[in-house]
Amino acid sequence: MARPTKTRDSRALVPVVVPPEPDEPAPLDDPRLGDVDEWGRSEHMRSITRRLYAPLYERWFRVEWEHLDRIPADGGALLVSNHAAAVPSDAPAIIHGIETELGRPVYGLADHYFKSLPVVGTLWARNGGVVAQPDNAYRLLREQGQLALVFPEGTKGPAKSYQERYRLRRFGRGGFVEIAMRAGVPIIPLAVIGAEESMPTVARVPALAKMLGVPYFPITANMLAFGPLGTLAYFPAKIKIRVLEPVTFDVAPDQPRYSRSRIMDASEEVRQSIQAALYEMLQQRRSVWFG
Amino acid sequence: MGRRVLVTGLGSFWGGRLAQALERDPDVDVVIGLDTKEPTVRLERTEYVRSDENYSILSRIVSATRVDTIVHTFLVVDSTQTSGRQLHEINVIGTMNLFAAASTPGSTVRNVVVKSAALVYGATPRDPVWFTETSTRRNTPRTGIERSLVEVEGYVRDFAIDNPHVEVTMLRYCNVLGPRLTTPFSKALRLPAVPSVFGFDPRFQLVHEDDVVRSLLFCIEQGRSGIYNVAGDGLLPWSEMARICGKPTIPLPFIGTNLAAEPLRRIGVDIPPELLDLLRYGRGIDNRRLKEAGFQYRYTSAGAVKAYIEAVRLRDTVGDRDGEYRYEEDVEQFFRHSPAVVRDRDPG
Repeated sequence: MARPTKTRDSRALVPVVVPPEPDEPAPLDDPRLGDVDEWGRSEHMRSITRRLYAPLYERWFRVEWEHLDRIPADGGALLVSNHAAAVPSDAPAIIHGIETELGRPVYGLADHYFKSLPVVGTLWARNGGVVAQPDNAYRLLREQGQLALVFPEGTKGPAKSYQERYRLRRFGRGGFVEIAMRAGVPIIPLAVIGAEESMPTVARVPALAKMLGVPYFPITANMLAFGPLGTLAYFPAKIKIRVLEPVTFDVAPDQPRYSRSRIMDASEEVRQSIQAALYEMLQQRRSVWFG
Repeated sequence: MGRRVLVTGLGSFWGGRLAQALERDPDVDVVIGLDTKEPTVRLERTEYVRSDENYSILSRIVSATRVDTIVHTFLVVDSTQTSGRQLHEINVIGTMNLFAAASTPGSTVRNVVVKSAALVYGATPRDPVWFTETSTRRNTPRTGIERSLVEVEGYVRDFAIDNPHVEVTMLRYCNVLGPRLTTPFSKALRLPAVPSVFGFDPRFQLVHEDDVVRSLLFCIEQGRSGIYNVAGDGLLPWSEMARICGKPTIPLPFIGTNLAAEPLRRIGVDIPPELLDLLRYGRGIDNRRLKEAGFQYRYTSAGAVKAYIEAVRLRDTVGDRDGEYRYEEDVEQFFRHSPAVVRDRDPG
């Protein structure tokens, strides 16, 4: 519609001169007191966690990286890894390693289940946990060029029992590939060994899981060995992480939809490459405890 | 010819503030305010019309006054203000009648601005960190206020589709803080200890009441159709907000939170259920669309909290400096319509 033109012919009872708006606004006063970013991550909290976790990383798991240089020093990338142990020991190791070695933050995309937990959910968010959700991942990767870590197996990975160790579960519905395509970032597959042995699940109690409303309720070897303390105490398995060749996609970013078959093929390809790397690493591993 | 604006909910906080701002705009010729109750702020030239809460009189007013702009500020977004029944009448039936009046044949309405709320997005653990205008909510609305707002937005969409010649702007506001506004949210920050839910530290966005009025004016002037989120920059943890206010937090248990909030409600601390959800999961809404349209905020989220608490501290010490205003119909009619009053005073 035609905008009414500005006239001085005003019928205002009391004419008030409207102060002119400044052209270039000064940066707004933002009296923040903390350093919690928009994702809920706090660098201050991370540095505390890193200090506490460092002995575990260096002495207990003696984490060893292969081809860490394949992770870019800047720009977005989606890290995709296998997932294991009843209380997964791989995620903290990967995040700690990259943050200390490369000095850049890693955001862990995980199930929204964490966000609904008191205390744990808050600590999880302050340490870089973000609800795995396409909009979140897109913004992190495409707009902010961050590193995001995702476990496409989801809870199916940690829920599997010890007999099924190192056998990858289905990689969801390939959502991670779609996100990487849309965000125009490479997928960097990671293969992690050692996590499976750090807290092996010997049995599962689905009834208890259902009652407590948790995704799975494992009986771990750690619990049998250490009693209730075992829910959090890991065995000192040596963790080795191999960074595989980054996978890029020759499709334009920002498309509303991508070919489903393309996505599923790429997803399967990534899964196969991680699975193959795992088998190779296991062939070369002389000891669970010493690598 | 200047604009002729109809404001619904003149007696409400937002209607009054907006009418005051519109009066100052020389491009606005006529401001008509509709409400069930009298205005609570001093107005110079706004014409107040008393109506029932579902605006059955509206189509007559629209055709008689030939307004070109309707600003719908009357939507109740705070469930502690009204009963559920009244809420439905005001929000759903009122909006329905409003659009019925605006779309009668020969209607002169060209602009409609609706003040909605980010409540329509809900608050669940599944939410994205930032809701954009096209995001959909993750759960079905559970509270009456959310249900009614979702229904209202349905009417707004229908109206926009049926009347392509009308610019329909819908603004979704996050929680508002300001020196003069009282909401359950602002009341919680005024308590000696700020209630929280144990183990949760959700992140919020806030918008200052001045930015709310400015954004309404911006949209009235610009007439951009579409949905816009309105919220200050930055997501602020609840604990940090309490720290800016210089207050400790007092945790409610995370199981049976609603039950634990009940005694607090008895002693006058209003914690509606939608605020309890928010105290667990928080909510972020992407404000970039309105900024790209050219709107400039004056306050960030943290800035709004600081401005609010500073105003509260001053008021607690020296009392309310704005005198109490009471609407006297005869007086207002005299000043507006008596031939004895000299009106065409020249600004120069």
